[in-house]
Amino acid sequence: MKRIAIIPAFNEQGAIGGVIDELVAFDPEVDVLVVDDASHDATADRARRHGARVITLPFNLGIGGAVQTGFRYAAQYGYELAIRVDGDGQHDPGELGPLIDIVVSGQADVCVGSRFAGAEGYRSSATRRVGIRILARTVSLLTAQRLTDTTSGFQVLNRRAIELFAADYPHDYPEVEAAVMAHKHRLRLAEAPVRMRERTTGQSSIRGALSVYYMAKVMLAIVIGSLRRKATPLEDA
Amino acid sequence: MIAAGQTPLAVSLAATAASLLLLFVVFELIRSRRLRERYALLWVLTGLVLLVLSAWRGGLNQIAGWLGVSTYPPAVLFAVALLFVLAVLLHYSTVISKLADQNVILAQRVALLELELTERQPPALSSLQSEVSAPVAPES
Repeated sequence: MKRIAIIPAFNEQGAIGGVIDELVAFDPEVDVLVVDDASHDATADRARRHGARVITLPFNLGIGGAVQTGFRYAAQYGYELAIRVDGDGQHDPGELGPLIDIVVSGQADVCVGSRFAGAEGYRSSATRRVGIRILARTVSLLTAQRLTDTTSGFQVLNRRAIELFAADYPHDYPEVEAAVMAHKHRLRLAEAPVRMRERTTGQSSIRGALSVYYMAKVMLAIVIGSLRRKATPLEDA
Repeated sequence: MIAAGQTPLAVSLAATAASLLLLFVVFELIRSRRLRERYALLWVLTGLVLLVLSAWRGGLNQIAGWLGVSTYPPAVLFAVALLFVLAVLLHYSTVISKLADQNVILAQRVALLELELTERQPPALSSLQSEVSAPVAPES
């Protein structure tokens, strides 16, 4: 099965090499694609040195635009399975097994690695956890399905999901809206528990006053998104 | 009948002049191709409506009477102008959103094409280049 790992990365020169090495160690057959979101540092160069294929965006598109570039690539080159991993080293590729099994066996079109589905908690600030919970509750309501972690970028997707997201993917911070969108298009979502590591380098892109904007924007997007009959009309792609 | 206030002549003349100036500037921008007709239509409509309401004092007094603005009819003029400006702004927000979406699609396609192009180069050449550009600096 032709599979690709999509890693969106913005200024992750410290972590990107390790992420690529771990992915290849987990699955030597996987093609690793790093989408460099117009980094100011040596992210692209490091990624190439570690054997990844690198797409460098001409200017910063934000995580949604970067990830969608990866889906476009995967759709164009006929990949049947896409693995989404963040470029900061928070996701341990060693935990991918159950996620891949769920998608390959056809139980779901998209499987998300959840920090909260398992017994072990995720260490993070209290406000951040509350935000993540509120979003998860809202999305669970809208998709009529219990989801515990809708902000996780640790995901495995099949061909149907790749094609949908290549044609249309939310902007900025996409995971929450993407879950609602996938549900609207009758894709099946699933979760598998994963542990996530503390980030070792770089900073989360969502912090401070920005997180208020983020919550408001995402809530607006998912409420309106759920009122749309069919997300957005698919553009030709 | 409510005793409607009257529009002062000076206000009417000044507003008429301002409306004509707006229309003139809009036409001039279209003529010099700095404004597309498509985006100018709302401005032309704004200018025309304001012109009619400014010049036709009887009409403005009448409308103000209907709306219960009995003391100072030119207030209606401000309200109408404000509504049109809001409409124009909202229209521009939709235009900007569309441009932003198209911009994203362009950036993604350029990036994908760029990768395709570099991968078509003979391997010897591309490895040579990565040697030369050694420690940092992605090609700008």
